[in-house]
Amino acid sequence: MSATVNSYLHVATLLRLLAVLLFVLAPHFARLPGWETAAVLAVIGWRAWVAQRHFTMPSKWIRGVLALAAFVAVHLSYGRINGQHAGVALLVVMAALKLTEMDQRRDVMVMVFLMYFVCTTHFLFSQELWTLVYLLLAAIAITTVLIESNHAGETLPLNVTLRRGGSLVAQALPLMLVMFVLFPRVPGPLWGLPSDAGASRSGLSDRMSPGDIASLILSDDPAFRVRFDGEAPAQNQLYWRGPVFWDFDGREWSAGGPVATAPYPVQLQGTAIGYEVTLEPHRAMWLFALDAIDQSQLPPASLIAADGRLLAEKPVRERQLYRAVSHPSYLAQPELPPLHRRLALRLPRALNPKTVALAQQWRSEGKDDAAIVDAALGMFRNELFFYTLKPPLLESTSPVDMFLFETRRGFCEHYASAFTSLMRAAGIPARVVTGYQGGSRNAVGNYYTVRQSDAHAWSEVWLPARGWLRVDPTAAVAPNRVEKDLESALGAGEALPFALRRSGSALFAQLSARWDWVNAQWNRWVLAYGPDLQKDLLGRFGLEGWRDLMLAMIVALSAVTGVFGFIALRRALPARLEDEPLRHWRAATARLARDGLIQKSQEGPQQFVARVIEQRPELASQLHALLKAYLAARYIGDRSATPVLADQARQFRPRRIKPVD
Amino acid sequence: MRIRPTLSVTPEALNLDSRDPFLARLAMILFHPLKVLRRRINAYVASRVTRQPGPVAIPRHRIYIVPTRFGYGYGVLLLVMLLGAMNYSNSMAFALTFLLMGLGLLGMHHTHGNLLSLRLRAGKVAPVFAGEEARFELWLENPSPTTRYTIALGWPDAPPAAYLDVPAQGHVAGHLPLAAAQRGWLRAPRFAVATEFPLGLLHAWTWIELDMNTVVYPTPAAEGRTPPVAAGDSGHTASHRAGVDEFVGLRRYAPGDTPRTIHWKSFAKLDTPLVKHFGETIASERIFNFDALTGLATEDRLSQLCRWVLDAEAAREPYVLALPQLTLGPALGEAHQHACLRALALHGTST
Repeated sequence: MSATVNSYLHVATLLRLLAVLLFVLAPHFARLPGWETAAVLAVIGWRAWVAQRHFTMPSKWIRGVLALAAFVAVHLSYGRINGQHAGVALLVVMAALKLTEMDQRRDVMVMVFLMYFVCTTHFLFSQELWTLVYLLLAAIAITTVLIESNHAGETLPLNVTLRRGGSLVAQALPLMLVMFVLFPRVPGPLWGLPSDAGASRSGLSDRMSPGDIASLILSDDPAFRVRFDGEAPAQNQLYWRGPVFWDFDGREWSAGGPVATAPYPVQLQGTAIGYEVTLEPHRAMWLFALDAIDQSQLPPASLIAADGRLLAEKPVRERQLYRAVSHPSYLAQPELPPLHRRLALRLPRALNPKTVALAQQWRSEGKDDAAIVDAALGMFRNELFFYTLKPPLLESTSPVDMFLFETRRGFCEHYASAFTSLMRAAGIPARVVTGYQGGSRNAVGNYYTVRQSDAHAWSEVWLPARGWLRVDPTAAVAPNRVEKDLESALGAGEALPFALRRSGSALFAQLSARWDWVNAQWNRWVLAYGPDLQKDLLGRFGLEGWRDLMLAMIVALSAVTGVFGFIALRRALPARLEDEPLRHWRAATARLARDGLIQKSQEGPQQFVARVIEQRPELASQLHALLKAYLAARYIGDRSATPVLADQARQFRPRRIKPVD
Repeated sequence: MRIRPTLSVTPEALNLDSRDPFLARLAMILFHPLKVLRRRINAYVASRVTRQPGPVAIPRHRIYIVPTRFGYGYGVLLLVMLLGAMNYSNSMAFALTFLLMGLGLLGMHHTHGNLLSLRLRAGKVAPVFAGEEARFELWLENPSPTTRYTIALGWPDAPPAAYLDVPAQGHVAGHLPLAAAQRGWLRAPRFAVATEFPLGLLHAWTWIELDMNTVVYPTPAAEGRTPPVAAGDSGHTASHRAGVDEFVGLRRYAPGDTPRTIHWKSFAKLDTPLVKHFGETIASERIFNFDALTGLATEDRLSQLCRWVLDAEAAREPYVLALPQLTLGPALGEAHQHACLRALALHGTST
């Protein structure tokens, strides 16, 4: 079966294909292991070289060995051949190997399909705004190759195929929009996702040791964006609660704590603050909210853990949009269950003896819980403690002792860790809370962007009758960190990386605010567009349930394709004749052609009319009038005859002799 | 690209149970639903094709369109991409999938439009000898302002014979070769005009039957046999000096003409002399008589006569063809040869 228009593959077509393949693969190269990028580039280069020399393709055996080698190499690099990263690596190398057996146009079609698919896999890793540009350019480029491969004979000029491909993609855009909005979305996943699914992102971890947050803080990536319903709370009230840590091994904090599903009774007081969060995916379960969240208005598919964390039911792999309501004044867990108390007091006492001794000294001075908290904060505030991103390493078996009594230089995790240890040593239930503090307001869109650089750690202590209270020891050392931002909190000699500097030229600030706003809109409306948002949005137009959506989509699709179909039809119809009399003449005589009376190419109008009248005498008078007007308008150049001709032509409606289907 | 076959119902195909045609049809529908469907469609399409002199403009309602093999593959690809996008709840993957779906939908209109309102006109076709291939010339005219790329011409049941690009408001000729098995009239059957441009995912086609015919001459017999001498003739007239026997007419003087042949009567009135021209008597070997070829079947006789006509023409010697109802010549030249071969081709046929 000669499946394609021409089995011979032109060199020019092939070179274009290779260029497009290179473009489609380019974003993947950054993620692939070095050997694979090199191998793929080598195959592409080899194919281009071979094409110009018209060598034959390698034998089936060589190709089989290469494919097997690719499998083995991918397995060696990733330890598996499935999953997101290894799967994509395998797909890319196989696409390159397909080049070694490609010498026919049919193979180009297969290659085109492969390239469309490779293009999709890129979005598993990144869906930033620029990928939209990539999507469109790749679609145009691949479609251009597809068009080229369907043309028989000589390679078409590039501008012809590019224009065709571009206009096809441009026409497909409204259809894409219709389907994107109206195609009924289902909550994913349909089946299991590979364990490495989703974009790799920095974010808070489920454990905390000194230096963790300090390294996170160097990232300028947004963690989430928040839009408050009303007035935003003060900067020093913006504590976004994330992972809570109970277990301390003397150096590292980890989750521990009571069972997550136990209740966390909170009495809400004061005013409520409603807000909407667009959370960037971070692959963990936690969502971020201000303390204390109103548990009667939790976001869908979420729950409150026993220590007040807001948890999603599934790991956050895609951007998530949720609403929450919080009350800045609250009374959390006024009655502390004995188990919770015990967990909040555990401390490896032998490891940091000086710390324990200090706490016990305060206790023996007769201080109550509140006074001990004040004493500890007072120590941070009044003695020589420094807030720095570059603390000396705590290479000791008793790191808390070393920090509190020797180095005294640290970052938020050092202070939170030391403070919590002190409290526990003094018999006050305490825990470490990590999350984000603050956020920068975007004047363009009136929302807050919370970045990884806003990551923070603080403590919570439980006092009788007052419940869990937030205590931020960092605020005692560096009030600016909480009042303003990180940059102003750091000492003079310590500069932040350029990308993190907030102060700078006003123009740059303005531009970056705008760019952040555009990204926020992109995330909010495009990337977070899923079943929930679709339901909300389309519900406003009275479209409920998938039947409505399907119906609306089909109607809209038909309308749009109808418009473009009509345009395609118009372009296919004979061009409008510039010669107006001839146009009228043709229109009139076309009605005779239906009965087989066609003016022959060598036949003049007079001869034709004579011939017609022979067969259709009843048309004689009409035809004579028509002919007269036509001859006058076209050959004599009588301008006044043209409207007469137009009239005659319009009125010329000969009865049809035989019905045609 | 492939022109959709007509799929005439062959007895073998239906011979699942020859005792019960109803069961046979039922089995066919059950086991080959697509085949049965296509057969139906083809029968319907074929019933709408009428033989006409042309030119024919391809109307909207005569263009049929179905997905190609790659079109189905594309559908599967999009389904996989859609499921992937759903599984990962990946907005950009949705976007690309929907964009490609849109492309597929639009491709339908563009492929359809690539064929629409093309005009086809029958061109020339040279006579051929039986056993050769007749080449039917077809003119494709594109009255629209857009170029039509990769228009395929072909017979049903065969791969396309030609691919043509028809420029905007221009025309181009293509050829449909058809094996001429027998002498006589060769009627071009219905042919397909098809396209898969621009995306190759859909196959749009229409069937047209233009009134194109050509004469197929008999196959020339092998060389070797010499024409028999006509009865009653001495057989030696050919030895006479040719060119001096019969007065044929006057022609202009040319250097080398003997004064004896000059037509002196007209010389007085004209600047250049005229000479009397004498034709030769036809040799009895150059009278090709159908009836003289005894001992041969009709077709063999026609083949033999055909061979002699060709040989005589190659030797530039005038000849006569004598058929039972018809005698042609003596004469020489392309027109005479065609008349003779045509008479041989149509010998015994009603037309």
